[in-house]
Parts: sequence; structure tokens; C-alpha cells
Amino acid sequence: MSDETAAPARERARPLVADLAERYALLVAWGITCVIFAILRPDTFMTTSNFTTIFGSQAILVVLTLALLVPLTAGDYDLSVAATMGLSAMTLAITNVNHHWSIWAAILAALAVGLAVGFVNGALVVLLDIDSLIATLGTSTFIAGVILWISNSQTISGISDQLINVVVVDRFLGIPLEFYYGIALGLIMLYVFEFMPVGRRLLFVGRGRSVARLSGIRVSRLRWGALVASGLISAFAGVLYTGTLGSADPTSSLSFLLPAFAAAFLGATTIMPGRFNPIGSIAAVYFLVTGITGLQLLGVQTFVQQLFYGGALVLAVALSQFARRRDARAAS
Amino acid sequence: MPDAAQHPRLSLRNLSKSFGGTRALRGVDLDVLPGEAHGLLGENGSGKSTLIKILAGFHEPDSGELLVDGEPVRLPLSTGQFRELGMSFVHQDLGLVESLSVLENLRVAEIASSRSRFGISWRSERARARETFERYGVRLDPSATVAALKPVERALLAIVRAIEEIRSVGRGHGLLILDEPTVFLPKEGVERLFSLVRDAAAAGTSILFVSHDLDEVREITDRVTVLRDGAVVGTVVTAETSETQFVEMIIGRQLAALGEVHHADLTEKAVGVAVEGLTGASVHDVSFEMHEGEVVGLTGLLGSGFEDVPHLLYGSRQAAAGLLTLRGIPIDLTRLQPAGAIEAGLALIPADRKTDGSVASLPVDENVALSVLDRYFNGAVLDRRRMRRETGQLMREFDVRPNDPSMPYGALSGGNQQKALLAKWFQTEPRLLLLDEPTQGVDVGARQQIYELIRTAAKERGMHVLCASSDYEQLASLCDRVLVFGRGRVWRELVGADVTKERIIEQSYAAMAAEVAGVVA
Repeated sequence: MSDETAAPARERARPLVADLAERYALLVAWGITCVIFAILRPDTFMTTSNFTTIFGSQAILVVLTLALLVPLTAGDYDLSVAATMGLSAMTLAITNVNHHWSIWAAILAALAVGLAVGFVNGALVVLLDIDSLIATLGTSTFIAGVILWISNSQTISGISDQLINVVVVDRFLGIPLEFYYGIALGLIMLYVFEFMPVGRRLLFVGRGRSVARLSGIRVSRLRWGALVASGLISAFAGVLYTGTLGSADPTSSLSFLLPAFAAAFLGATTIMPGRFNPIGSIAAVYFLVTGITGLQLLGVQTFVQQLFYGGALVLAVALSQFARRRDARAAS
Repeated sequence: MPDAAQHPRLSLRNLSKSFGGTRALRGVDLDVLPGEAHGLLGENGSGKSTLIKILAGFHEPDSGELLVDGEPVRLPLSTGQFRELGMSFVHQDLGLVESLSVLENLRVAEIASSRSRFGISWRSERARARETFERYGVRLDPSATVAALKPVERALLAIVRAIEEIRSVGRGHGLLILDEPTVFLPKEGVERLFSLVRDAAAAGTSILFVSHDLDEVREITDRVTVLRDGAVVGTVVTAETSETQFVEMIIGRQLAALGEVHHADLTEKAVGVAVEGLTGASVHDVSFEMHEGEVVGLTGLLGSGFEDVPHLLYGSRQAAAGLLTLRGIPIDLTRLQPAGAIEAGLALIPADRKTDGSVASLPVDENVALSVLDRYFNGAVLDRRRMRRETGQLMREFDVRPNDPSMPYGALSGGNQQKALLAKWFQTEPRLLLLDEPTQGVDVGARQQIYELIRTAAKERGMHVLCASSDYEQLASLCDRVLVFGRGRVWRELVGADVTKERIIEQSYAAMAAEVAGVVA
């Protein structure tokens, strides 16, 4: 039962300004962060090289966050994205360096591995009906073991220059090409999420599984597809990672998991508040990285990175809970 | 029995409350006498829930006075203050923790507030609980988990707990506020609940009974106050007021044709739908046919199997056997999925709007357009502007108010939510529309509109409509033919002039009696 006539009045009572403020709060916060660091460290922070580093170096995190968005929108967690990225990177390095495959064949192999991981995750979640959090926690750990096994716990370097060139060496407007790959992927996902029927369907699968099923949406197929997509995109992140480093190491990829989650949830508080959205996520990645880079320039030690990401994840979820509760109140 | 000589248990004087520019309550007066069962009736948005929420300390009134047992109480009430005043609420959702035991739920307030008690003696608590239940004539196992209870038993537990809470305050007999406690109960469950409520009233507890269900209000209450648009239309003695008078008070206009529906005998028309040998869930080997433009009701007592038929035909619950023939095309029900059912020309409007029908947090247009998304995809992009515009038109056609496709679906009232769902599915132009309790939690006015929309669609488009319902009055005003179920089979078929509330009730119980005697063929 609701106060039928009162509800819309309350809706409209929420001024446009507040709406806009919520939508762009993160961008404003980003701007303020930049200004503060610019004042504190004008000589190092406000330089082109600093900004090209910020934009270029975080493309991997952007792509990984975007990978995560697909299953999150469908209502499933994928904790294996970072491990999949590592497996993809290692597959690329082993086939290219140890087995002398051409770089393109190696990239295809890396992407195929990502697809396979996604397919297995989907099978566990859909066919065996295992909670996605648990299933992907398991596969993530399993994959981490596989990486150590196939690499003999060694870092493999000597990746083909061809890949390194198109990822970090070649630049457009002074920023490495990988930045643009991330942005392009974000735009593709925006199109799929917002302007294709499958994106709407995915949203309903995530918000109301039973509603989706009774509306004729093939829920299992979409959830499975979402996990396959996140596997493939994670593998793409792995390709960029190898191209950035020129090598693949067996463990460092795992440290990307939490930042990706933090960015995905923080991204859901902006641009389209309340929904996981690609543009918001990209903004969130760069906001977080700007903050961390600035603090490091101030001479704060490296542990600040963990403080920042951990804090941001909890804060972002708290904010989105707050927004959801408010919306629920407006809707009841 | 009510005693007017004493102070009323609860008096509200000139209570007003506005939300933004909307006046939800305007100068409401309400007296609930000691030991009286007082009904509060009104459509959605009439102010019932605002009034209840003020008593619960959830809303702050703009003005007004409150007297409890003749003593003035300062408004606004703080949250939870109602307890000290001897009031207790039972809401629609009952407020039970499903994963905990009956006993833990019964004693939850005590357990939560026990500061100095170290060891709880569960054995003596269980014995105490048994005594309590015995006193109320309720048979419940204190160690059972609430999840294992039937809906009726849960409601009984919630009410016993509420009465016990009033007692523990020790402030007279108190006031029990029942806020739509019967919405999700089958009819025979309501009876058990009512006998408990009657006993409480006889012992001196006052009852404020808030409901949509006119029949129930008429059965249980001594007096009724009707609200409309936030104002009191009148307070009347239940026994002296006819059903038509009540309905007119509630909706503020004459009702066109309540119960005067023309029941056409369409059995001569072409058969468009045939169900053969349907078996699954609690249904055994059911076969029936439907004629073009016919509205067929399925009913019976709960558990008789009628409630499973829509989901079995829609593929949302797998049938063990059965064949559906629609427009001459046979469909194997053992392998049907909802997606295939929709392609074949079926649509289902589920009983539970909140979990099965819609996503409350998403806008109305996205909810409504979900069934026909591909229509708005022009090959390159989803035309969201057209989606919003056309959904707006559709909402006007189905009289969904307010007509704003961008507002969250959950902000609509129950009746408007259901009209929006009809719009969602009528767009797909189904040949067979399956309805599962289509007007649960929908007010009288919207109910009439929904019946009209369905009947018009059946008549003009030749749509076949199958309506599973335990609301006999609804079946009588909506259906051309009613199939009464008993023990998973069709027990009786009522056609034309036989489709009356009385006949349906009679046959439903007859089916149960036959079931008990074991003579259902």
C-alpha cells in the first residue's frame, strides 16, 4: 500500500540540482583532487608526463573493471577476473617466448584461455547452480595454481616488440594506445548495455531473475554468456598487461582484483547512479589512480594504495546502499 | 462487546498530514471503543497507511490530537512508543524471522531486551510457549521453524505474539492493529485467524482492522470507518450497512455492475485452446477446452491444484505430462519454457507482483517494454525515446496513474501496478492469457477497471483468458465458466447462470468434502 498521490509529488520534490550533483559528484571530486595536488606539488603533479602516465598506466585496470561489469549487471560476481588476466598473460608469454608462436597466434591462444575459463565459470554457476561468489573464488584459486605450475614460478620475458609497440610505445596525443583500447571497450559496452535489447535483458536478469524468466528471457543463457564475456575481456586485459610489461610474471595480476571491484562499485555511484555503468567505472578508475599518484608524489609510502582502494570499495558500497535505501523510500 | 459509556481506547481528533503539496489526511476523526473490532476501509491512497504509520511513530502529523483511554498523548509519537500505550501491530509481512523457531519468534522482544539473563532455559520456555498457544486455542509446535509453517500458522503466530506483547505492558486490554494481515491467506485460513481475533475482542482487546477485503471487514468488525482522499466519509455500524453502500462510500460513486455481469454461455463457440492430460505439481490428469473469447476461472480450496495450472501451462513449472493445443498447434508441456510459451502466444500475469511481475526499482517504461524490447530496436540502437512515448500512450489507455513512464515502478499503487502489468502483456497480443490471483492487494475501483479491461480483450480480440483465483466474488464477476478443483482434478464445471459466488463456494467445499470421503472420481 502506498500513498498513491504523495509519491509522485515527492519524486518531483527532489530537485534537478540534487540529481545532477549526485550524477557528477565523482567528477567534481576528481577535479578537486587534481586542484589540491596541483597546489601542493605544482612542479611534478601538473605536468603532461604525469597525466599521460596516469592515463596510460591504468588501461589494464579499466579493461578489467569493464570485464567485471558484465556479470555484476547480471547479478553474479566474478572473482576470477584477475586470475584469468594472469593466466592469459602467462599463456601469451609461454607460447610466444618459449614455443616461438607468432604474436598473433599467441594472442588468440590467450583470448581462447579466457573464453574457456568463462565457459567453466558459467557451467558451474548455471548448470550446477553454485553461488557465483563461491564458484569463482574456487576457479580463481585454481587458476592461480595453474599459472605457477605452467610458469615454474618464473617470470617470462622477451615478448615480441610488435605487441609492446601497439600497447605502450605508440602514442596518440602523447598517450599510449592502450588508453584508447580501454575507452573504446567502454564505449562498446555503453552501447550494448544501454542501446541494445540484450543490455536491458541483462539488467532485468540482475535485478529480478524471476521477473526476467517469466518475461521470456533465457536467464541461464544470459548469465552464462555474461561470465564468458568477463573471461574474454579479462583475457584481453592480460594481453595488454603483457604488452605493457614486456613480460609475464606469475603473481602480480592478482593484486588487480580489489581495485577492479572498488572501481566498479564506485562507478555505480556516478553518471547513472544505482547502475553498474562503463563510463562511471572508467571515471572511478582514474579518480582512484589520481588520488594515489598524488599521494605518492607527496612522499606517502606505497601502502597508501591499499588503504585507498580498500577504503574506496567500502565507501562506494556504503554510498550506493544509501542511494538505494533512499530510492526504496521514494518508491514505497 | 463495545461499551460506549467508557472512554474510547483510541481517539484521533482532526488529524492532518501533508506530503509535499498533497494532503494525505485531512481532519480525520476516529474512535475505537474498548473491546470493539473497528474496520478501516478505503482505496489505495485514501490515507489508511498514513494513519497507521502515524500511530506507529513513523510519520509526524501536521496537526491533530491523540487520546488513549481518554488521556491525551503528545503527538508525534516516537518510534516504538505505541508499545507503552498498549498498542501492537501486525503488518502484512507479519515480521517473523523465517529461519528461526516458533518459540524464538514468539519471545523475540523478551530475548532482545533480556539484559541480565544469562542462561535461557529453553525447556521451560518451550513449556511456557505451549501453555500460551493452548490459551489461544492455537496448535503450534514451539520448536518448528517458521519457514516450515503454513501461511495461516504464521499469521496466527504473529497475532498471538502481538496480543502477548500488549499483555506484557500491563496497560489494560490494549489495541491490536491488523494491517492487511489476510492478503496472502487462503479463505479457510482467514476463518481460523478471525476466530482468534474474535476471542481477543471478547476478552476486551480493541481491534483496528485495515483491509481491502470488504467481505472480511463486514464479517469481523462491529463498526467501520471509511476514508476517501484522506478524509473520513463516515463511520457506520457494520451490521446496518449493505455491501453496495460500503462500495459507494469507498469509491465515492455508484458502481456500474458489481455482480451483474452477463455470463455468456460461449460453449457453442469454436474451441481455441485444449489442455489434455495435464499432470504435475498437485495436478493429476486434467483436461479442458476453452472457447474463443471465453474467460474461464479455476478455483477450489487451496491445495486442490487449481493454483498450479497457470505455471504448468506457461512452462515456468515443469509438467510431468500434458499437451496444450493453441490455435491448432500442439505444445508439449513437459518441455515448455516461458520463452517458448510467449512465442506460442501465451502470457502470464503472476500473483506476486513484487518478485515475479516487476522490478520495483526500475522505471515503469522499462518494466512494461520488457516483453516487446525487440520492437524498439531499429537494427542499430534501442529507440528509448519511442519506448518512453509509446509506453506513456499505453499507460493512458490502461489508465495507469500517474501517467509518468519514467517513475520507478514501485512508486505506483497496487492497482496501478497491476494495470501496468496488463499493459505489458496485452502488447504481445496473447491468444491465451493466464492470470494468477489477478487482483491481490488491489483496491475496489481498480479491480473493476481490471475486470473490464480483461473482459473487453476477451470479447473484442477473442482472447482466451484463464484465471486461477481463490477470490470467489472475483470469479463470479469476471468469468463465463468456472472449473472447481478437488484433489488435483476438475470436480465441477459451472457455466452461465451457475457462475455465482454462492455456487462457487458451495462447490469448492463440496469438492473438499468429496476429497475427505475419497469419492472424487
